[in-house]
Amino acid sequence: MSKTHVTTTINGEPTEYLCEASQSMLDVLRDELDLTGTKEGCGSGDCGACSIIVDDRLVCACLMLGAEAEGRRVLTIEGMSHGDKLHPLQQKFIEMAALQCGVCTPGMLIAAKALLDRNPNPSETEVRFGLAGNLCRCTGYDKIVRAVLDVAAEQRETTR
Amino acid sequence: MARVILTYSFAKQFADGQTEIELPGRTVRQLIRALEARFPALEGHLEGDIAVVIDGVVHQNALLEEVAEDSEVAFIPPIGGG
Amino acid sequence: MSEQRRYKWVGTRQNRPDGADKVTGRARFGADFNLPGELVGKVLRSPHAHAVIKSIDVSKAAALPGVKAVVTGADFPEQPDQLLPAGEMQVNLRDVTRNVMAKEKALYEGHAIAAVAATTAAVAQEALSLIKVDYEVLPHVIDVQEAMKDGAPILHPHMRTDGVKPAPEKASNIAKRLEFNKGDAAAGFGKADIVIEREFTTQPVHQGYIEPHAALASAAEDGQVQLWTTTQGHFQVRGFCCRLLNLETSQLRVTPSEIGGGFGGKTVVYLEPVAIRLSQKAGKPVKMVMSREEVFRASGPTSGGWVKVKMGAKKDGTIVAADITVALQAGAFAGSPVGPSCMCSMACYDVENIHVVGYDVVSNRPKVAAYRAPGAPISAWAVESVVDMVAQELNIDPIDLRLKNAAKQGTKTHYGPTFGVIGMVETLEAAKASPHYKSKVKPGYARGVAAGFWFNVGADSSAAAHVGEDGSVTIISGNPDIGGSRASLALMAAEELGIDYKKVRPIVADTASIGFNFVTGGSRVTFATGLAVVNATRDMIGQLKQRAAKLWEVDVDAVVWEDGEARPSSTNVGKFEPLSLAKLAASASRTGGPINGHAQLNAQGAGPGFGVHIVDLKVDPDTGICTIDRYTAVQDVGTAIHPSYVEGQLQGGAAQGIGWALNEEYIYDAKGRLLNPGFLDYRMPVASDLPMIETVLVEVPNPAHPYGVRGVGEVPIIPPMAAIGSAIARATGVRMVDLPISPPRLSAALDAATPRMAAE
Repeated sequence: MSKTHVTTTINGEPTEYLCEASQSMLDVLRDELDLTGTKEGCGSGDCGACSIIVDDRLVCACLMLGAEAEGRRVLTIEGMSHGDKLHPLQQKFIEMAALQCGVCTPGMLIAAKALLDRNPNPSETEVRFGLAGNLCRCTGYDKIVRAVLDVAAEQRETTR
Repeated sequence: MARVILTYSFAKQFADGQTEIELPGRTVRQLIRALEARFPALEGHLEGDIAVVIDGVVHQNALLEEVAEDSEVAFIPPIGGG
Repeated sequence: MSEQRRYKWVGTRQNRPDGADKVTGRARFGADFNLPGELVGKVLRSPHAHAVIKSIDVSKAAALPGVKAVVTGADFPEQPDQLLPAGEMQVNLRDVTRNVMAKEKALYEGHAIAAVAATTAAVAQEALSLIKVDYEVLPHVIDVQEAMKDGAPILHPHMRTDGVKPAPEKASNIAKRLEFNKGDAAAGFGKADIVIEREFTTQPVHQGYIEPHAALASAAEDGQVQLWTTTQGHFQVRGFCCRLLNLETSQLRVTPSEIGGGFGGKTVVYLEPVAIRLSQKAGKPVKMVMSREEVFRASGPTSGGWVKVKMGAKKDGTIVAADITVALQAGAFAGSPVGPSCMCSMACYDVENIHVVGYDVVSNRPKVAAYRAPGAPISAWAVESVVDMVAQELNIDPIDLRLKNAAKQGTKTHYGPTFGVIGMVETLEAAKASPHYKSKVKPGYARGVAAGFWFNVGADSSAAAHVGEDGSVTIISGNPDIGGSRASLALMAAEELGIDYKKVRPIVADTASIGFNFVTGGSRVTFATGLAVVNATRDMIGQLKQRAAKLWEVDVDAVVWEDGEARPSSTNVGKFEPLSLAKLAASASRTGGPINGHAQLNAQGAGPGFGVHIVDLKVDPDTGICTIDRYTAVQDVGTAIHPSYVEGQLQGGAAQGIGWALNEEYIYDAKGRLLNPGFLDYRMPVASDLPMIETVLVEVPNPAHPYGVRGVGEVPIIPPMAAIGSAIARATGVRMVDLPISPPRLSAALDAATPRMAAE
């Protein structure tokens, strides 16, 4: 079976790869491009550990085919920080202990970024529903929700 | 004499139903030996898969731990943890 | 607590040392390790809940191009049917090897039957389909009470119930009977003004770690093996694998990855021995990763259980007697946590007459693994619900009733020992004084309360401290960091050494690079490994003082270590400029060589923990959906080394308990096949299901630890189920006895109760 040639942009970098027609975007990221920050928790779109942003839309990489990235812009956890500067969400997650084991963290951060990009002033309920597709088994979500609300408040402060 | 305590089922099974036994011994090992001498059926059941509580403090794998003259030493089922 | 502030680092909320790695995707978890030329390993699993394996034909699979190795149960040597130590756990290796790879029988749906290693995942998958297994399907049994009945399908024809005298002659699924007694329960009930008796059940629930099991093995031709795996205890993995494969421990080097959750479920082996065996046969590295479906079908969960509670109390609230029976599913092999379940059942209370019987029961489900305070949540669900019924019946505040009966120093437990200093009363009082309990319950809502007890454990730990030439320090331990333990260990080391927390770098070393460490589990790491780290740094400080004494040509007793530097102990010693850690480290070679501290110990005195949870919720009578409005977890935590991660343990445990209470369960079809092996249908709490989880940390330092540490991770999963059940009972007048209290189950119970209530 011949492979599909894909031209896309990943974390701002023009990227080309070959993938099987049936290969998920998650497997492409992890196995072909060595971007292992995106995690597999279920492979069925239920846990959000593989959350990525494709053209400003939050998706589970396990539910997308690698071939579908053709011509799109993909953001993974590896592209969230800028140079040596962490994204405010990343910084706040560390400061507020919004992670324990850390395996859901990349997906959680990507989902939180997608949420704040869409809604810079979310209520607690909106944060909870915005992150409802991302399972965390360690934290009970308390510190995660607080961290996201804090970042939102700080960003509003700085853009005022 | 230390006061040695066995669980009810252990005592019924191996120690003529006695759950509390006064025994001489200054270490857990000495108490185990004294117990086994009194109740031969206990032999081999007091080492390994069992926890030892000395004066309210749970010990995993206790053998050479010292016990005081008036200590309470209880043998209980092992405790794991998540 | 104000007295805690005498510490500079302990008790502060520093950024964790692995934080940047974990928020950038740089941290490597189990499935993130790869080796050149690695093969993909996959497991063929039984489609039947119970079947004799008459034959396995692997010839077609082995002949498929790209397949490099195939293994079945025959590739794993027979093991003795007795408890033997492996990685300091007492395990029945006959059972362990059969759980890793079935031999004569498949004992649950998902049981590993064979495995292949191939060049690609697609080839491995195709090879599995070419393996021909001839099964003779047998009747199966899932439910714990069914499994105990005469005439139930027998899983192990050689199994006789242990703990029964005379020893039974007939085979049984009851592996063990336990009995605990204090006083005379029958006589005690005679003194009671009220007696309440109920039966409760729980379903098996999975630990639900987000990271599936994964292992990468590389076996060399000379017998040496390397293994990378996600585990709570790489020394246990080494112990189990060496026993199962007849390897010497020095030949197997196990490196733990970052671990994506465990909660007890990653203290055993599944893939690891299989990956090693495949690698040995193929002569190439083999990587194996479970799918989520495999995690559900073949790993964990904890037991489902049946608990009967009879409790008698006087009108003034004094509980005078309790008679409890606990039966827990062990899964396919003996070894449920029924012992701790029985012991914890009444441990919160000082009651004169207690009788508890426990049964360890096998059935055609995956072998249970530890899950946070193993066994305790199941008996507590029943006992705490009945305590609440007593409070309701006598019209006494549920915290006051518990205070009246609370265990305290000198309370003789029903399982034998007498309690030393414990914090049940303080925890109850803190709960009573909490903002949540003092607040009025909102109209339409109801409040529930429940308590929990767990022993906590210490056990074996090793640690080392190395100082670099610039005075920065590496702390080496051997416990996978599951929830911030590196931060806690570094805080204690910084405190001891008197240097900046940022100058301390903690790492988790592989089995060849540090001495033995028992698993990360039982809430032991900050306590026991913390103690080892403290001792290792003190060992280092002793050496630093010696070097200073040599340089100053004074006696070592004349040197003290303060604020990160050696100082003369008084002006009498002489006038010397203090020597900082950095200065002493820089001159180490000229003063006697490298300065490294070491410590190893079997930590004792972990000290029990108590927790009280408070929940406010409302019930939608039409749908049976419970909405939790407010939740508070109160716990006796010793000293909170890193308060954020202590709070995190309480919050996470409470959330898991809420899932256990309201939604999570294994659902089987008539053939014993799991119907919900995925996160869509195995419904764990998501962010929108929960409120903020308030915490109250009751800090009573543990005298057995230099910083007063007490394990905190187990207790928080114990009270939630009964707290929620009791709130529902108070909201609706219906006492639920079966978990989970899922919307369909609750709405059915409410519907059933309505006509009766209308008629009353």
